Amino acid sequence: MIQLFLAAAAIGCAVQAIRAGRLLASALWLAGVSAIVALSFSLMGAAQVAVIELSVGAGLVTVLFVFSIGIAGDETIDARSVVPRLVALVLGLGSSALVALFILPEAATRTPTSEPAFAKVLWEIRGPDVMLQLALIFSGVLGVLSLLTEGEAPSHPSVMVREVPKELAELTEMALEGERR
Amino acid sequence: MTFEPLAYVLIAVIGLFGVGLYGLLTVRNLIKVVVALQILAKSALLALVAAGYAGGVVQLGQSIAVTLIVADTIVAVVGLALAVQVRRRMGTLDVSALSSLKG
Repeated sequence: MIQLFLAAAAIGCAVQAIRAGRLLASALWLAGVSAIVALSFSLMGAAQVAVIELSVGAGLVTVLFVFSIGIAGDETIDARSVVPRLVALVLGLGSSALVALFILPEAATRTPTSEPAFAKVLWEIRGPDVMLQLALIFSGVLGVLSLLTEGEAPSHPSVMVREVPKELAELTEMALEGERR
Repeated sequence: MTFEPLAYVLIAVIGLFGVGLYGLLTVRNLIKVVVALQILAKSALLALVAAGYAGGVVQLGQSIAVTLIVADTIVAVVGLALAVQVRRRMGTLDVSALSSLKG
């Protein structure tokens, strides 16, 4: 029963994250989805990944979203979507139905088997994946640097570049020549 | 009987997938596009762990899910960095305004 409640809550939070007018509210609803997904992991016996999802998905990513919204500003865009909403709805429902067709029959078959501990699976059996993650983390660091770096020459018309007056430039050149002599 | 809890998890997977795809197709704000991508990634994450649970290999499902969490976070970081840079250079977060790459 609790899984049904969690499924409904996760879908509700996701809908609110898409529908929310303000970006900050959207980021907080997304954090709610992450927290509920982490709780589902915990109920399925995946405690380690639940902790990681809660700290990274609901914590770190939300902080990144709030930080980015702080830099970029909370811009509300009310114009029509690029893809008509009806077409998007049909595509979303159709794709979901296809996914359901493939995965729902698998829900009836659960075969418990014995397997090694999480640490052994992660570090020994899936060792190359861990190496790949190091490369991904490196690209993430570059992304954060890009987030923090100021643009060199913004081309937006709101940013005005003032030209130096001609007289001032001539005076500066004369002063520099006098120094050289 | 473990059918019902797993079925509910799979319903969550299907619902999150549908909502994420709908959001990806309809939203115009670049930061919201990243939010929609995150919802899609949560759906895949839940499906991976549920598959591990259904197959009796929860630890294997967990280890793959950890990789996906890292990749998902990097996607969010790079997407947000792109959105911030677009805002700085173009002055807007509207996807439709990014027409400078038109041929």
